[in-house]
Amino acid sequence: MHPQPPSFDRPGAPAPQPSAEPIPTVEDALALGLTRSEYELLCEKQGAPPNAVELAMYSLLWSEHCAYKHSKKLLRTLPTQGEHVVMGPGENAGAVDLGGDLVCAFKVESHNHPSAVEPFQGAATGVGGIVRDIFAIGARPIAVLDSLRFGEPSGARARYLLDGAVSGIAHYGNSIGVPTVGGELYFEAPYEHNCLINAMALGLARRGDLVRSAAAGAGNALVLLGAATGRDGIGGASVLASSELGGGAAAQGEAAPEHDQDMRPTVQVGDPFEEKKLLECSLELLRSGLLVSLQDLGAAGLTSAAAEMAAKGRVGLEIDVARVPRREPGMAAWEVMVSESQERMLCVVEPADALAVLALCERWEIGGAVIGRVTDDGRLRVLAQGALVGDMPVSALVDECPLYDLAPRKPPAPLYPPPRATLAAEATPAAALLALLRSGNICSRRPLYEQYDAIVQSRTVRRPEQADAAVLALPDGGGMAVSIDGNGRRVAADPYRGTVEAVLECAANLACAGAQPLGATNNLNFGSPEKASIAWQLGESVRALGDACRALGVPIVGGNVSLYNEGPTGPIYPTPVIGMVGRLPDVRRAGRLGFQRSGDEIALVGPFAPALPASELAKLRGEPLPDGLAALELEAVIAAQAAVREAVRANALASAHDIAEGGLAVALAECCLSGHLGAQVELGDELFARCGTQPGEPSASWCALFGEGPGGFLVSGPAQALSELGRCTSLVRLGTVGGGELRIALAGTRLSLSLDELGNAHASLGELFA
Amino acid sequence: MLIRPKAGILDPQGVAVERALPALGFSGVANVNVGRLVELDLEDPEQLQAMCEKLLANPLVEDYEVQLLEESGHAGGNGRGS
Repeated sequence: MHPQPPSFDRPGAPAPQPSAEPIPTVEDALALGLTRSEYELLCEKQGAPPNAVELAMYSLLWSEHCAYKHSKKLLRTLPTQGEHVVMGPGENAGAVDLGGDLVCAFKVESHNHPSAVEPFQGAATGVGGIVRDIFAIGARPIAVLDSLRFGEPSGARARYLLDGAVSGIAHYGNSIGVPTVGGELYFEAPYEHNCLINAMALGLARRGDLVRSAAAGAGNALVLLGAATGRDGIGGASVLASSELGGGAAAQGEAAPEHDQDMRPTVQVGDPFEEKKLLECSLELLRSGLLVSLQDLGAAGLTSAAAEMAAKGRVGLEIDVARVPRREPGMAAWEVMVSESQERMLCVVEPADALAVLALCERWEIGGAVIGRVTDDGRLRVLAQGALVGDMPVSALVDECPLYDLAPRKPPAPLYPPPRATLAAEATPAAALLALLRSGNICSRRPLYEQYDAIVQSRTVRRPEQADAAVLALPDGGGMAVSIDGNGRRVAADPYRGTVEAVLECAANLACAGAQPLGATNNLNFGSPEKASIAWQLGESVRALGDACRALGVPIVGGNVSLYNEGPTGPIYPTPVIGMVGRLPDVRRAGRLGFQRSGDEIALVGPFAPALPASELAKLRGEPLPDGLAALELEAVIAAQAAVREAVRANALASAHDIAEGGLAVALAECCLSGHLGAQVELGDELFARCGTQPGEPSASWCALFGEGPGGFLVSGPAQALSELGRCTSLVRLGTVGGGELRIALAGTRLSLSLDELGNAHASLGELFA
Repeated sequence: MLIRPKAGILDPQGVAVERALPALGFSGVANVNVGRLVELDLEDPEQLQAMCEKLLANPLVEDYEVQLLEESGHAGGNGRGS
């Protein structure tokens, strides 16, 4: 017993009942992940040492996952304003104007740590969570994309995680009838013990239908919608997201997977059918004008949802845990408050509407219960059958967690060991091209996306491997393109330029589809920010994100940060994942990446300056990461994107493809394979000049074929159209479309591969795991 | 092997059945859980637990019980795991 129980002397509050629960100690706070100084600060804010309910809630809201302690100051530097922004960061999702009355809501979020423990449920509930964010602001979810990172496929763990994650995404997305339209996948050793599962969702809404999450109106009722509450994910947000997976086990000399198994009971189980009902019910409640505000329950469950709603509305909330429908008997008050049971939403309704809201819940066969009310005193009060069991100032919970400055320092020595060489030094260019097409980061993702329903809702105009970005039709005849990108290895080589490249890559993908970017979302996946080297990566990456988005005129309307992504072998590659949404005026003219017609001319467009360091070829050769990437001309790259976009919109081009991993040769092969047409090209002196080499130098051909860098597009079309495009941006004619082979001539050598050879190499994802 | 959802873990199949039965006129149904039964012949029963842990059950969300039957069909022993 605490010697002096805190007094609850507030008018209107129910009489406090003496609690038999012991007051937690500072050691309990430390075990929950708080630091000693944070505990002392919260005691001060609280006016007394917190009881168990309060400490559980503080420990979650003051965790990295909820409070963004190490990233908030950096995130404030990002551009969030723009003419198309309808809803910026801070709400459940951001939204941009699509013209007319229509807006697109979108956001990306990570579910890395839960997925490392249980990939199927981790990925499934990751999709469920991001989809709820979309309908929490009143938009109907129309598409999901996923961004996945695993260790090298030779490891059994990568296979287990990939299979589980892909099945989980398919299980949830397919079941709720939201298409999975795109995504990306990389295999790199630093993700071996800490995979990344980022999911992005998009939704459509009429502008007037958007709803915010701020609670308002003292006396209004707080209604919990959806599934019953069980012990799912108790402590998940805090314990899982803020500790290094496998670290403790490694210290004890145990295998990491066993440690992961011990952590299993905190992972949540998703029910997509429940989510579908919750989605339809929420949207109908909004259409009926019955809701004051709406918020989904994610990490830290009711605690986070209630505190956020109260903080945004500058009001107080009172919740009686006894009124929360339970799935399990004997749950303690704190367990109800922090449970991460899925498929739940919290809403504020006027008392007169409460019955109508509950009736609608009944009709959709979802749970609905009035669990509390809005107050005007700025406190979050937790009751158990009327007895006060927790009482906290909302501002202390949400806004007064200490924010930390980073102590960045560029690492004096390389952080990451060189990759294992898998390509023989004496390999010919043709063998190298096949090896690249066969490699985990480049080979076809067909075995994955075939498991996803990409066309449900009948909006999908371009599916994976048809265009660089997914394209969705809009009711006005226009379209929306979306892409998600982030090559962690290049960011590891140069956090600033690598991040600029990731943003440019996204915009380039949209340009190839003919879309003008409207807004972006980001998921910053990094190691421990308490390490100087990771702090440096994070700082440089966020600086680059801001600079690149400002240069493109693309505001960031929402995002997520996932830190402490480390395993026993060290941190992951710094991985900012960028999701970008754009608009096309005429969806019938959406670009394609594959060659379309024999006889079309092929050209390289843009200020592409290929370089081999940090490329996929360098990885296959086992070369260490360089210290820095080549400088790039941001404005010239953006101008080239604009020129390609306009040409696609004018229907002048038959195909447009952004040159990315594997360089020009891989891009050519991808255009051939997607269009089932061969090509004959000749790489001349102009390309060698761009490599900074002469045709005679031994590395020149390799750099021209496989060098990577931003700002390159491979386009095909009638000669006349290419001439016109060449007046707007730099353009080098390379050859013509046709035949059943890809033939590349350069500097006196020839490379010739049939479409079958290319296709067989490209279709190797399954074999990687054999 | 009898594999069942762990106590307290959300069992979407069980919930669906529990909601569907009253709709068909069966009243008074509660606490529905849906699991599965795996039958197999094997030479080395020592492997059973590892099979359950690695493939047949998901230890995250499921408990399993093993019942060994001799070829004659008589019960030969059982075990439990989670």
